[in-house]
Amino acid sequence: MAWDPSTDPAAQAGLERCEAVLARVGNRAQALVTFERGHSALTRFANSRIHQNVASDEEHVRLRVAVGEGQVAQATTTRTDPESLDRLVEQALAAAALRPTDPDFPGLAEPGELADVDHWDDATATADPDARASVVGDFVAAGDGLEAAGYCATEGAVHVLATTTGIRYASRRATAQLDGIHRAPTAAGVPSDGYGQATSVRLGDLDGTAVGGVAAAKARAGVEPIELEPGIYEVVLEPKAVASLLLFPAWLGFNAKAHEEGTSFVHLGEQQLDEQIDLWDDATDPRALGRPYDAEGTPKRRLDLVRAGVTVGLCHDRRTARRAGVEPTGSSIGNEAFGGYPTDLFLGAGDRARDDLVAGVERGLLVTDLWYNRILDPKTQVVTGLTRNGLFLIEDGEITRPVQNLRYTQSVVAALGPGQVLGVGDDAVLVSNEGGVVHCPSLHLRSFAFTGNARG
Amino acid sequence: MFDLAEAAVEGALAAGATYADARLMIVRYESMSAKNRAVEDLTQTETAGIGVRALIGSSWGFQSTPELSAAAARDAGARAAAVARASARVAGPPLELAPAPVVVDSWQSTWEEHPLDDVGLGERADLLVAATGAMAGAGVPLAQASHQIWDTEKWFVSSEGSRIDQHLVECGAVIDATAIGDGETQRRSYPGVRGQYGTRGWELVRELDLLEHAPRIADEAQALLTAPQCPSGTTTLILGSEQMALQIHESIGHAIELDRILGWEAAFAGTSWLDPAQLGSLRYGSDLMNVTADATLPGALGSFGYDDEGVPAQCVDIVKDGIWVGVLSGRDSAPLIGRPAGGTVRADGPARLPMVRMTNVGLLPGDSSLEEMIAATDDGIYMETNRSWSIDDRRLNFQFGCEIAWEVKGGKLGRMLRNPTYTGIGPQFWASMDMVGGPDEWRFWGTANCGKGQPMQVGHTGHPSVPARFANVRVGVR
Repeated sequence: MAWDPSTDPAAQAGLERCEAVLARVGNRAQALVTFERGHSALTRFANSRIHQNVASDEEHVRLRVAVGEGQVAQATTTRTDPESLDRLVEQALAAAALRPTDPDFPGLAEPGELADVDHWDDATATADPDARASVVGDFVAAGDGLEAAGYCATEGAVHVLATTTGIRYASRRATAQLDGIHRAPTAAGVPSDGYGQATSVRLGDLDGTAVGGVAAAKARAGVEPIELEPGIYEVVLEPKAVASLLLFPAWLGFNAKAHEEGTSFVHLGEQQLDEQIDLWDDATDPRALGRPYDAEGTPKRRLDLVRAGVTVGLCHDRRTARRAGVEPTGSSIGNEAFGGYPTDLFLGAGDRARDDLVAGVERGLLVTDLWYNRILDPKTQVVTGLTRNGLFLIEDGEITRPVQNLRYTQSVVAALGPGQVLGVGDDAVLVSNEGGVVHCPSLHLRSFAFTGNARG
Repeated sequence: MFDLAEAAVEGALAAGATYADARLMIVRYESMSAKNRAVEDLTQTETAGIGVRALIGSSWGFQSTPELSAAAARDAGARAAAVARASARVAGPPLELAPAPVVVDSWQSTWEEHPLDDVGLGERADLLVAATGAMAGAGVPLAQASHQIWDTEKWFVSSEGSRIDQHLVECGAVIDATAIGDGETQRRSYPGVRGQYGTRGWELVRELDLLEHAPRIADEAQALLTAPQCPSGTTTLILGSEQMALQIHESIGHAIELDRILGWEAAFAGTSWLDPAQLGSLRYGSDLMNVTADATLPGALGSFGYDDEGVPAQCVDIVKDGIWVGVLSGRDSAPLIGRPAGGTVRADGPARLPMVRMTNVGLLPGDSSLEEMIAATDDGIYMETNRSWSIDDRRLNFQFGCEIAWEVKGGKLGRMLRNPTYTGIGPQFWASMDMVGGPDEWRFWGTANCGKGQPMQVGHTGHPSVPARFANVRVGVR
């Protein structure tokens, strides 16, 4: 049954708060107000025991006002009593009045039609600590004596967005995540870590035994790793590693503001990536977790960014769209200084099993995860970081030996460039990442530069 | 406000907690950024809430609520206990807390000009706009400036009887100029890549004198586009104090966090290469290496009166004459290695569980100077201002990029170099430190964006540092 916000107490409370704020603003400004109320909880474990177990009720109101000719300011509060809302409104209006006029101000969004999106699960949103502990217990038990660490998190929130232009949107979303490692002892004393994760709208989808089993198997396979010389290697990157790399083009490449300023690598219409690469943003996909509208109230639709290796799209908020003379793409995250971001990024899956990708490698590396990834230059997309939680040598199509972690320094765009992608996996999954979630498969890449090992 | 925090503690105890504490926090925050002569973003936030910690058996339970009422506080306390109790499904040995004094006190940081209350919003904006104008006027296409301000009030109550209220004011600012070439960008920042922050008032920002430095960094950004690449090889490396601050943060500060050492952060932030059995005997670096974690330094970003467990701020020796002697710890971790509580446990807001955090982890000054280091170097590279940072999950293998470098030849600075990077392994690198700047160059750098924990928390840390010289460092990593 479709969600009906008019019967949801949190949505109604949110709508009332938003109306109360808009009434306080009156005709003094254009205004956009959002309300979010939710509950998030995270059960964290280390040394195979739950050691930190947290839960929080959260509620906040955010107001964005525009006075005069595009003089904009925004203010946020977690306090929703009448006096605090008075203060919120007067503070935002006072700040806006001090801003200079802005001829590029695009105005507020008008009401539009929302896609039918409801990434929600009651059981996830209301999960109690026992439910999370049960998943954690299964993950730990799957290690059969290995040391385990990680977390199981659940979250559910209702969101309302209202504007002086007549928008009254409500949405809700739930998220469940299981993310952890098993640690196998080694003779050298440094444990071998193996990783597993699952992300879904439903806590019931998180199979602690299965995810823990993957992590434990990796950990055991990683014992007594060899040291490998730095150099250029063919690689198979598993989905977590792929998601880590995609953060950088998503953040600093497809961002229309970065493109406008000249710091993006994107040249629209050019074959910049391999023809096997398709990238798009789509909160409306049932596998995604996002809301049906962005922070400015622009309805979300599928946005193609790369088609068959050709860069075809940028993430616009209303301001960059106006400057570029295009329609906004629903990519605002509420920060004009940053620009647009693909919050529900997809990398198209292929038709080859991960083991099939491995079988195609004569000599290379299987990479589980990339860690502490930092970009050196947004335009070249050169990134450095380290492998983590499972690195293995592939010889003649077989995984032969675990390898000590390596540092890489590699351009993401070059790694995915024309002719560089030798295979795309059929194993696309939703991966939680620093920048949100990415749905992506394993990739077989021709060339990846590893620039350091345990000796530096 | 103490009444509400007490209600939360009572709720937790009534629900079975063996120990409980609560923090009521009200935080006012402002961030403003300007680009190319116009304010681009202005955000003001007020966050209020109560966070309750309840201990039952082997785990903390934590619950927060944004509602400031006695009923909500009591309910949060009871729910915190229920969360802790659920942990018994995957239990470990019972946690024991290190003793902490019962404290009833009030503490406030010092400021000359309150950034929000004594300085007009227009004046704050004008400074940023003018700074970007000064950089844009020098010819860079992207000129940016920003500041951040925090005003934090908190009321802490523990079931052992402590009642502490604190008021901290923190702020800082940064400017940066970006030049764009055909295939790459070059950025220069001042005073550091992420700015300079302290537990001080707006006087800190005034002292930075952003307008004075704006044209210089714009010129340097432009010049970098055509500067030669930093060569690849092994050489003598001199680091400016801002880059040293991040080097300290990443390869000392995180490595000495006891929760990491004990494996509590293994799955995310990582562990540490340090083994508690070697505390007091392990050589961390050269004899010139003396490091403290000092939460009592006036004005430094990692300073406070009491941590979020009610433990007084203190100065702890971390490395003495090159030997590892101390850790950053809390009441639950310190007893596991037989140490007293370190007073370093903090949360970034009322909705987060406090955890071990860096205070002011810094290198004590030596007896040299940047000028002497350059003069004493026949062939080397001087690097300044962090551009990128990456380090492994045991805090051993690091690679840093800096914004700018100069070759050093025959005791003099030579050509400017672009895209400088260096890499190394922590203890080997610190063992190669052979010259350390003196007291005149000792500066309290502040890092306002240290991520740690799950859910992620953003911590404020301080890093007193000086320029230093290192032998046989691999540079120009490609």
